[in-house]
Amino acid sequence: MSDIKIKIKDREGVIHEVLAPTDMAMNLMEVCKAYELPVEGTCGGMAMCASCQCYVLSDQQLPEKGEEEEAMLSEAFYVRNNSRLGCQINITENLEGLLVELAPEY
Amino acid sequence: MIQTDILIIGAGPTGLFTVFEAGLLKLKCHLIDALPQPGGQCSEIYPKKPIYDIPGFPEILAGDLTKNLLEQSKQFEPGFTLGERAETIEKLEDGSFIVTTNKGTKHHAPIVAIAGGLGSFEPRKPKLYDIEKFEDNGLEYFIKDPEVYRNKKVVISGGGDSALDWSIFLADIASEVTLIHRRNEFRGALDSVEKVRELKILNKINLITPAEVTALHGYKKIEAVTVTKGEEEQLLETDHFIPLFGLSPKLGPIGNWGLDIEKNAIKVDTFDYQTNIPGIFAIGDVNTYPGKLKLILCGFHEATLMCQSAYKILNPGKKLVLKYTTVSGIDGFDGTRKESPKAVVQAINT
Repeated sequence: MSDIKIKIKDREGVIHEVLAPTDMAMNLMEVCKAYELPVEGTCGGMAMCASCQCYVLSDQQLPEKGEEEEAMLSEAFYVRNNSRLGCQINITENLEGLLVELAPEY
Repeated sequence: MIQTDILIIGAGPTGLFTVFEAGLLKLKCHLIDALPQPGGQCSEIYPKKPIYDIPGFPEILAGDLTKNLLEQSKQFEPGFTLGERAETIEKLEDGSFIVTTNKGTKHHAPIVAIAGGLGSFEPRKPKLYDIEKFEDNGLEYFIKDPEVYRNKKVVISGGGDSALDWSIFLADIASEVTLIHRRNEFRGALDSVEKVRELKILNKINLITPAEVTALHGYKKIEAVTVTKGEEEQLLETDHFIPLFGLSPKLGPIGNWGLDIEKNAIKVDTFDYQTNIPGIFAIGDVNTYPGKLKLILCGFHEATLMCQSAYKILNPGKKLVLKYTTVSGIDGFDGTRKESPKAVVQAINT
């Protein structure tokens, strides 16, 4: 398995191109934290805080939203149609080239 | 004024275990927490989630871990100031500290242990124009006294348990309860959802979904809110607006206590987890040092080492030897004693 390249646009508009491993059971929130991008991940990845909300700007096929993610996004702020919780997006090879933007801090 | 040996800020797992370790050294603890119940994140965010990396527990629910920690510390009779946030700290000439909460409760202790996790939990505020102006003028994030709402019109916003529970509760008190949520589905206990549905049919709760409060109106206090449902906007007269969108942790006032802060965490010396201010320690998720891992088990370790140093500060010159509970047992401050039964050596008479 190999690393994939993903692009994360921070809240200042700077795009960070990072390498994310596909064999470490990592999710997007964890990748952001690993690269010290300003993502809190308060609940640790349980879809319970929305501090890892991001907007998906590219068109890769993402895993469907689960019940918990839907519910959390329905209570979060700054939610758009392309909002996702980073912690619910597992890093897989088909996400090569993914571009996301961090949602404002809540 | 509340007086104690170690004043612990934060009643999460690390703070609670500190009570036990301090108790073994005959030091008394008092805990302050912004939440109304002990347990920190474990009880507030994920009480029903299993944790798999607590040594000796292959699996334990976060809520049960809290319960066990409370049980373990009970014999050392900790004091609690709950539902109040530690706001200011003052260092006295003798080196001891006075910590005052947002409600004015004062605590005096020679040692302060900050076990604040990610910070104190503050209500998440919807992004609405002029919202600050209406805070406590008809807009509340917590329901402190339900009587305030008697015979008043109330609008509640949110889709979780607290929004459901309070809508149900206030249905009998307020003259009109409107519950507004962005989705048709609620994230709450099944019977609460069922109850809200019943009350809606009885016209005791006015349910508007999928919709959102998008503007607040009023001269000095809330008089009406704008409710947006799809393309439609509706002006709804109300006396109170209660947005219940959960809580999010903020380091808060501790950030202004003169402590060395790095990325929202307090820098400590790993010898004993003391901060740059002698007598103030920081343990658990709130601290940072090279190699730091935010794990409950690391918080337990940090609490244990910290108590040794606290003892030495409080008892200068006195020798301290590590005691094993298997050997010495435990003497609770409540008069209880726990010890392993003595092995009986019996000679076999021949």
